[in-house]
Amino acid sequence: MTQLPATPSKKKLGLVIDLDICVGCHACVTSCKGWNTENYGAPLSDMDAYGADPSGTFLNRIHSFEVQPAEGPSQTIHFPKSCLHCEDAPCVTVCPTGASYKRAEDGIVLVNEDACIGCGLCAWACPYGARELDQAAGVMKKCTLCVDRIYNQNLPEEDRLPACVRTCPAGARHFGDLGDPDSDVSRLVAEREGMDLMPELGTKPVNKYLPPKPKDRPAAEPLSPIADLQATGLAGWLDRLLEKL
Amino acid sequence: MPYRQPALDLSPPVSDEVRKTTCYMCACRCGINVHMKDGKLAYIEGNRDHPVNRGVLCAKGSSGIMQVTAPSRLRAPLKRVGPRGSGEFEEISWEEALQTATSWLKPLRETAPEKLAFFTGRDQSQSFTSWWAQSYGTPNYAAHGGFCSVNMAAGGIYTIGGAFWEFGQPDWDHTKLFLLFGVAEDHDSNPIKMGIGKIKTRGAKVIGINPIRSGYNAVADDWYGVTPGSDGLLILSLIHELLKAGKVDLDYLAQFTNAGCLVNATEGSEKGLLLRDSAGELLVIDRVTGEPAAYDKAGVRPDLGASWNGHRTVFQHMAEKYLSPYYAPEAVAERTGITAARIKGLAAEIARVAFEEAIELRQPWTDFRGERHEVMVGRPVSMHSMRGISAHSNGFQTARALHLLQVLIGSVETPGGFRFKPPYPKPATAHPVPHCKVTPGAPLDGPHLGYPQGPEHLALKEDGTPARIDKAFSWEAPLSAHGLMHMVISNAHAGVPYRIDTLLLYMANMAWNSTMNTRQVIEMLTDKGEGGEYVIPRIIYSDAYSSEMVAYADLILPDTTYLERHDCISLLDRPICEADAAADAIRWPVIEPDRNVRGFQSVMLDLGARLGLPGMVGEDGAAKYKDYADYIVRHERRPGVGPLAGFRGNGEDVGRGAPNPEQLQRYIDNGGFFATHVPEEGLYYKPWNRAYQDWAVTIGLYDKPLPYLFSVYSEPMRRFQLAAEGHGDRQPPDHLRDQIKSAMDPLPAWYPPFGDAGAGEYPIHALTQRPMAMYHSWGTQNAWLRQIHGRNPLYLPEAIWREHGFAEGDWAKVTSPHGSITVPVALMAGLNSKTIWTWNAIGKRKGAWALEPDAPEATKGFLLNHLIHELLPPKGDGLRWANSDPVTGQAAWFDLRVKIERVPPQEQTSPDFPVIKSPVPKAPKNRLWGGEK
Repeated sequence: MTQLPATPSKKKLGLVIDLDICVGCHACVTSCKGWNTENYGAPLSDMDAYGADPSGTFLNRIHSFEVQPAEGPSQTIHFPKSCLHCEDAPCVTVCPTGASYKRAEDGIVLVNEDACIGCGLCAWACPYGARELDQAAGVMKKCTLCVDRIYNQNLPEEDRLPACVRTCPAGARHFGDLGDPDSDVSRLVAEREGMDLMPELGTKPVNKYLPPKPKDRPAAEPLSPIADLQATGLAGWLDRLLEKL
Repeated sequence: MPYRQPALDLSPPVSDEVRKTTCYMCACRCGINVHMKDGKLAYIEGNRDHPVNRGVLCAKGSSGIMQVTAPSRLRAPLKRVGPRGSGEFEEISWEEALQTATSWLKPLRETAPEKLAFFTGRDQSQSFTSWWAQSYGTPNYAAHGGFCSVNMAAGGIYTIGGAFWEFGQPDWDHTKLFLLFGVAEDHDSNPIKMGIGKIKTRGAKVIGINPIRSGYNAVADDWYGVTPGSDGLLILSLIHELLKAGKVDLDYLAQFTNAGCLVNATEGSEKGLLLRDSAGELLVIDRVTGEPAAYDKAGVRPDLGASWNGHRTVFQHMAEKYLSPYYAPEAVAERTGITAARIKGLAAEIARVAFEEAIELRQPWTDFRGERHEVMVGRPVSMHSMRGISAHSNGFQTARALHLLQVLIGSVETPGGFRFKPPYPKPATAHPVPHCKVTPGAPLDGPHLGYPQGPEHLALKEDGTPARIDKAFSWEAPLSAHGLMHMVISNAHAGVPYRIDTLLLYMANMAWNSTMNTRQVIEMLTDKGEGGEYVIPRIIYSDAYSSEMVAYADLILPDTTYLERHDCISLLDRPICEADAAADAIRWPVIEPDRNVRGFQSVMLDLGARLGLPGMVGEDGAAKYKDYADYIVRHERRPGVGPLAGFRGNGEDVGRGAPNPEQLQRYIDNGGFFATHVPEEGLYYKPWNRAYQDWAVTIGLYDKPLPYLFSVYSEPMRRFQLAAEGHGDRQPPDHLRDQIKSAMDPLPAWYPPFGDAGAGEYPIHALTQRPMAMYHSWGTQNAWLRQIHGRNPLYLPEAIWREHGFAEGDWAKVTSPHGSITVPVALMAGLNSKTIWTWNAIGKRKGAWALEPDAPEATKGFLLNHLIHELLPPKGDGLRWANSDPVTGQAAWFDLRVKIERVPPQEQTSPDFPVIKSPVPKAPKNRLWGGEK
């Protein structure tokens, strides 16, 4: 119902998330919540904040999954998830009012809250569950890629990053132009075989995930004793050892 | 709809002002930028210039805004008006509160100052609080280290003169292999996350050794799911393999450790001590001359293989011990839960990286013997550990074993290994010894806490009984360098070793998650004597928040939140140093309190002045310090050395200098901290490096250079063994002799954790872990953080899950020798097959922390504390033994053994406690930002 820009932007801003080093600490979750409560659009509310069923709006959440391979110990993946700023964003095309849109200049998917009627169609259409309707404001909230930080002349240049990237202690989050094959993020994706989330859906997400590296290597070959202790006793071992000096 | 795009302001104003201070959402002390809008707190981010966090910030730090606005904040001083535990309070003025405290404490000081027990919890002002307690004159002071990680701190200080976290760090820039043994994920959390991310990105390997594969262990390249309490055995088995293959750094051991010292073999009171010359210097046999020589003489090359008049080197004793088949991988595999092949493989990988991938930095340096070295050789294997190995009854020796492993491969203080942070390195002998001499009306005879070098330094009364209420530095726990906070309430209740009058606690939730045996401790706090008076007559408590402990105090001194106060993160205490720099920091009131609360330290200065305590009043008897900020600037511990090292004198002096009235403003202008860098030549080999030692003297860390040898062999421990063998004047009680002989092995040793005595009936290990996004009980009052960790199921491994036929949604009854709990369970595959666990301190008591009584933390949350007693089950010898490490008294939380049975789903965890009345108003239903409802 709402059109995407006629010509897709060359610039495709997005996140590259390294699943090999994300420790699942949730730093990105609350940094995002803090920035976006004070900035773009309506604040992110927390309903029943101190009660039985607290339920707040978050633009970024971390899920943890355990995978048991056929051989070896189980693997745990910490999986941060926010809007992937898809090139063919179904959340935009489903919007009845034009509130959801994809920016022509950099591909960021945003919600114009003035035009949002809170119908929730976009959240239904998003296959990633990346949109949340704020219960207090009645408008749809989603990752803005910190559009009010990344170009913000009031911030020092080094801080013109999404809040989640700036705060990530492990350095697992990267921001850049995935439309430029020579950008740092594109190179990282190429080097580490970065992946789309559910590519079969045809949404063409801009954000990429770097897969965890293989873990739990086979045991190394044991060390060789310098002496047969039973035969030589401690004295023989000591002689062999101190010969080295 | 056709495509249309609204105009956006891409450069909105960010804030009116940024105020830089220090975080206190946990103990890591990161630097934060607090953004202010319209005079109000708007947003918190990490300070890019700060040495600890370099701009990043964790989930807790970024949620600070929800802490300083939490409805659980205490609002005014409170006087108890109902029975203890009822939560019935009346708000009173500060004047009344301070007069009340003065009227209780003044007569005590004049007659029996030991009847005040002052213990602090997650206190970051220990150099202040200990000074206050010393001036008051009570021997009964400590912070919370005894129930936290004293084994890690003391094990490190007695072995290498430092330990992990604020004492030292892996050399993240050069390490190639990082071994992470059991660690609480909220300890040193941002630096560890930054380090792991950095080294993994570089291709270095991370090895996790932990029963539970969460967090850091989930990203580890290899995971060793070790059985709890067996880490020491695993480490000594690695040492066995390395020694057998000769993969040890002989030069390093000879030059920088006491491996070359001679162990006295003569029967008698000196047996097992190290030989010394007539000047008291340690003796070695010089390889060049074959003759005995003082260890630090120029040109001396200690001979590791020497024997002299029947006395052999430490190295030979060590080799003999660890080459024993007892430590062979095959012999320890079952107990540790790690196969022999994997133990051997790990030893081989450590050896390969340490010796085949050694690095050299082109940095000349001069050692303490005067020898010039052209390069700095590094063994790029680094290690870190915290509570996981610490909180066992064998934790001290396990920590020693871990340091021995690092020392054997020559990686401590070498490039790529483990590096000290100033004011460390600092050997145990350079720390104070404990003091306990009480004189009514006068200060204690010295600092409370310290590092005993032998029985002569125990804190005993003339009759040989413990001088301290927690029995620290007694024969039960000779090296209890941090005290035993977990024993204070039960000892005070039992009147053993004596009765007290007033218990003063700061920031310690002793009626809930910070105590063992929670239900009985609550009963001890409310128990009355025959005359109807409370057994612990008076309790004063200071905290910022409405914790479970509040209801059990008689007088509440409400503290501020961390953004409303002054603090110093001091070099006299637990500073923010990095390996390359000495650094300290402040907190300052970036917002003013909107309640009738005061910073605890300022209140203690006021109280100290009212009591006329030396140091807190001038010659005219008037208060010497206006408040804590004034103390931070003007107090001098030694001439020219005060709480803060930066901007002293005229603002240019570092470390030493006269007080500077502008100092706090200079810190604020500098981003809330101060850092001064170690000279290049002093960056590694610090304990033996002249450039480092001279620099440390210049900035006031030491008063003279303090080079020393690492204690592979611990003489202080041997001195306690000698006493237990019958030598010397100070003798242990007979029932403790065997325990001292075995626990105080001067070479790192392993013995089964005491909890294993119940292994037959209770086959399962039960642990807690702390999530990265919570700090103890504090996170739950934070509306953002409780949405991340609002529930804490008991995680079960597949083997136990299948054995008992558990299904999703089930609950379990878990029973220890001490008690039972009934709790929800969940399956987790990445878990040692004999271990179950849950998140620490999520469970809350109904009515506390301004939560609704039906909050999941109170209905589905739970504590393992109910299963853990401060004493071991009776053994039938008529005695009750402490559930603590026999060396340090560290609370052995992780020795817990349980059995489990499946029960149907329940509505409420058990035990369930009655609702306590809250002293703070009901919380708003929703948090909406700009109109709470």
